[in-house]
Amino acid sequence: MREKVIYGLAAAAALFLAINLYRIFLVLPDDALQGPIYRIIFFHVPAALTGFIGYFVALAFSVWYLSSGKLKYDSLAASVTEVALIFSCVNIVMGSIWARVIWGIWWTWDARLTSTLISILIYSGYLMLRRAIDEPTQRARLSAALSIFGCLDVVIIWKSIEWFRTQHPAPVLSIRTGGGDIDPAMEHMIYYNLAAILLLAAALVLVRTRQESMSREIDSLRRMANAVERNVA
Amino acid sequence: MDPHTLTLMYARNFAFMFYGFAAAWVIVALYVISLARRGARLKKELDDVRRLIASEAGEQDFRV
Repeated sequence: MREKVIYGLAAAAALFLAINLYRIFLVLPDDALQGPIYRIIFFHVPAALTGFIGYFVALAFSVWYLSSGKLKYDSLAASVTEVALIFSCVNIVMGSIWARVIWGIWWTWDARLTSTLISILIYSGYLMLRRAIDEPTQRARLSAALSIFGCLDVVIIWKSIEWFRTQHPAPVLSIRTGGGDIDPAMEHMIYYNLAAILLLAAALVLVRTRQESMSREIDSLRRMANAVERNVA
Repeated sequence: MDPHTLTLMYARNFAFMFYGFAAAWVIVALYVISLARRGARLKKELDDVRRLIASEAGEQDFRV
């Protein structure tokens, strides 16, 4: 059943992305000031939003784990965090390439860029921490604490372009500004692509969750094997 | 600005757009490949552990 859902989500994401790519490259015109490079916005922003959504979903699962003690919520939090981190990396790499053309630099220690880099470091640390601790309950508890801490930085990323007026542009989406800062056709395309990328992320999370449950099964079977070995001895 | 410079700027702009999209898909593709490899490794590990338990359980029966 889960296989079918994964394939269904992946197929829907592929179809949606194909339609979106057609519209991004062949229907929407070039930007009057930036030329074709502005099209990076249609993946740069949805990838960032997918990362944010993922981190908050992971936060919810982490809190759920802390209140229930069920390890499956810890596995879900880890799966969602890993996928969210991938999309944050997509966001920062695309943004850097876009910056090279528009700002003339690959990178600057601007509030938005720096807080995004910090979040990538925090969530990379989260994944490294999980590899370093063998005991499942201790690993889950520390991971949940780090996930909660990481979300504080996500809030800073979101608000940084309002709090600090540095290199990164101010908010343009109408959900934040009330409208008038971006052409509606372009803004709708950002949301369509967000939907497609979320479908892709959901498929990847399901694959990753299945792997986490396999890991848990291997751990418990190993413990069982040790117990059988002790009985034999 | 003369048309030749404009054409060069447009070409550079277009090339960087291509690099941006290519980088995004390369990151996602590498992650999907790493997921597939990790899945195959876990499946093998699970089969090995199951086989080990089955053989140890058989050995215990034999001793009893």
